[in-house]
Amino acid sequence: MSVEITGAEITVRCLQEEGVSCIFGYPGGAVLFLYDELFKQDKVKHILVRHEQAAVHAADGYARSSKNVGVALVTSGPGVTNAVTGIATAYMDSIPLVVISGQVPTAAIGLDAFQEVDTVGITRPCVKHNFLVKDISELAVTIKKAFYIASTGRPGPVLVDIPKDITQQKFKFSYPKKVSMRSYNPVVKGHVRQIKKAAELIVSAKRPVFYTGGGVILSNTSEQLTELVRLLDFPCTNSLMGLGGYPATDKRFVGMLGMHGTYEANMAMQYCDVLIAIGARFDDRVIGNPKHFSNENRKIIHIDVDPSSISKRVKVDVPIVGSVGDVLTELVSLLKADKEKPDQTALQEWWKQIDLWRARDCLKYDKDGAIIKPQMVIEKLYDITNGDAFVTSDVGQHQMWAAQFYKFDKPRRWINSGGLGTMGFGLPSAMGAQLANPKARVACVTGEASIQMCIQELSTCKQYNLPLKIINLNNRYMGMVRQWQEFFHGNRYSESYMNALPDFIKLAESYGHVGMKIEKPEDIEGALKEAFELKDQLVFMDFITDQTENVFPMVPGGKGLSEMILV
Amino acid sequence: MENEAGALSRVAGLFSARGYNIESLSVAPTEDPTLSRMTLVTVGSDDVIEQVTKQLNKLIEVVKVIDLNDGSHIEREMMLIKVRAVGENRSEIKRLADIFRGNIIDVTDKSFTIELTGTRSKLDAFFDAIDKSDILETVRTGASGVGRGEWVLKA
Ligand SMILES: Cc1ncc(C[n+]2csc(CCOP(=O)(O)OP(=O)(O)O)c2C)c(N)n1
Ligand SMILES: [Mg+2]
Repeated sequence: MSVEITGAEITVRCLQEEGVSCIFGYPGGAVLFLYDELFKQDKVKHILVRHEQAAVHAADGYARSSKNVGVALVTSGPGVTNAVTGIATAYMDSIPLVVISGQVPTAAIGLDAFQEVDTVGITRPCVKHNFLVKDISELAVTIKKAFYIASTGRPGPVLVDIPKDITQQKFKFSYPKKVSMRSYNPVVKGHVRQIKKAAELIVSAKRPVFYTGGGVILSNTSEQLTELVRLLDFPCTNSLMGLGGYPATDKRFVGMLGMHGTYEANMAMQYCDVLIAIGARFDDRVIGNPKHFSNENRKIIHIDVDPSSISKRVKVDVPIVGSVGDVLTELVSLLKADKEKPDQTALQEWWKQIDLWRARDCLKYDKDGAIIKPQMVIEKLYDITNGDAFVTSDVGQHQMWAAQFYKFDKPRRWINSGGLGTMGFGLPSAMGAQLANPKARVACVTGEASIQMCIQELSTCKQYNLPLKIINLNNRYMGMVRQWQEFFHGNRYSESYMNALPDFIKLAESYGHVGMKIEKPEDIEGALKEAFELKDQLVFMDFITDQTENVFPMVPGGKGLSEMILV
Repeated sequence: MENEAGALSRVAGLFSARGYNIESLSVAPTEDPTLSRMTLVTVGSDDVIEQVTKQLNKLIEVVKVIDLNDGSHIEREMMLIKVRAVGENRSEIKRLADIFRGNIIDVTDKSFTIELTGTRSKLDAFFDAIDKSDILETVRTGASGVGRGEWVLKA
């Protein structure tokens, strides 16, 4: 115990103690001692990315696809500023990350030193918390706190900024087993009286619907949710972040809701009389115009671990602050014991109404043309992977089609930047997912614009033999931008056309991967099969898709949920 | 909140990021040097104040948040005000300071500096009472508040 070791070694030992087996990073002056320590051990594997944004996205994909905290390591100055997009992405989606950044030596802080930025200041609004370690005696406990804060309550990224001299100094090492902080006590158990009220409201419901979000995924409670929904035989919809929280192939699932949600999900949401919201936050892409949403009378039960998510955009009737798992377990046992059941005749009527909405077949598209429809690619991807792949995506139309057409039955399979909408997220997050699940099939659904925002990571994939399958839905447009311009800006396609696209096949090949170009609908299935049979290779599939295809249904910005544009 | 570097900027940053406004803010360490106490005055609808409170509570370094308006409370602010004081105006200003229970704490042949303590509205009332053109400089601390009675806010 009395042996003193350097701050760099302390840091690496902390990671080992936390059971971290894989981190993502990029070296530089301020973190050289840390890299030297990483070199001397093999418990913590370091994945060298090609851009710090990708390091954070990869750590993020790692976290989302497993139940672990993702860890990234970047140098000071530009290393940190490059990482900010990744940190903000994780923050918006409440992903547990610990980001370790190098900083100039303590004596140089504030003097505009080479590669100095105010890291704590720059990242403050997009982290759950951050620390600047000013004293080596605080280093281990700070890292412990970082993991604790990142992974408890409503999770989120925590940054630890470590000045270079701290990594050089020596101190005795002991890793605290527990930390307690008087100013941080994440709520665990929901209020019993509130849960009772919720149960009463549920039993009285005639047109109920469950609306669940990312909180169900993050809290690993999809089993409890599924039990509850099946027990009641109520319809269930998921937000973009909540997909996989309830099995999409179950008949009670009415699809994703929101801006590009299904007709039946949005109508059920608008016209229900009891809404049970779980781990979701009623954001603008989900309920559209809040005024329009409030035009209909309904009672709302809202279960969330973060009190500030409750009654933020929509007033709720029964707020329950608590960890989703505990509340759901309690709710299930209350409802099972309750002799009163919801009015079954009313429920059957409600289901009939929902089936009428379903019959509108809002996701239909033309399957007979000679040009590839992007939706068909996703449907085939679903078939060929038996619905069991990890699917990451970038941002745009392709993201919405992936969300609509891949039926996620399990949590943590669908990985996308829902809150920040970060183009460039798809490929690095797929790397993280593959590293966390080495045997699993990982597909990245992307667009020709998004993929170019982190294309350099094809090199990382080569270095670590990550056999990702990249599904590029190449419409030669920033499709989502083009769609808005078509609908709302008089078809003026201002700067949404991607001129001078690279030859993606040659590009993939130059990085040492396999490239495929697919131009006909009848070739989709064969190409996907072939690609997935290449078990050890990254395959870049460039699907040349219909340039004019739009995502439907659509709730235009500022409109209400029942004011969808349909095909 | 924890008496730590950066805690204040988290609070200030939260207000600017979420578009809340800060009317005044005063902060200093308490008898327990590891804790600081901040009194923050803001305006907003009940919904906004509820969000402000929840968001403040989310900050890791914030130990406890109370809305002093939820119960009855006492509030004090201090103001230093330097005024032009020449000729017969000197006794006029002295009288005014007395009425407001102010102390004249610095005197030159051309000016007085008055220390005034009270609620925000009392300090504002002083502005209304004095001739604006006599004011040379003012500095206010922002309000500090505490709940009435035996109830205490503790970490
Ligand atoms: C970093 C970043 N910049 C800009 C945007 C705005 N944006 C949203 S979708 C989109 C177009 C995406 O095009 P592509 O990747 O080809 O996908 P498609 O919509 O065509 O499927 C843009 C520019 C964004 N989400 N992220
Ligand atoms: Mg495109």
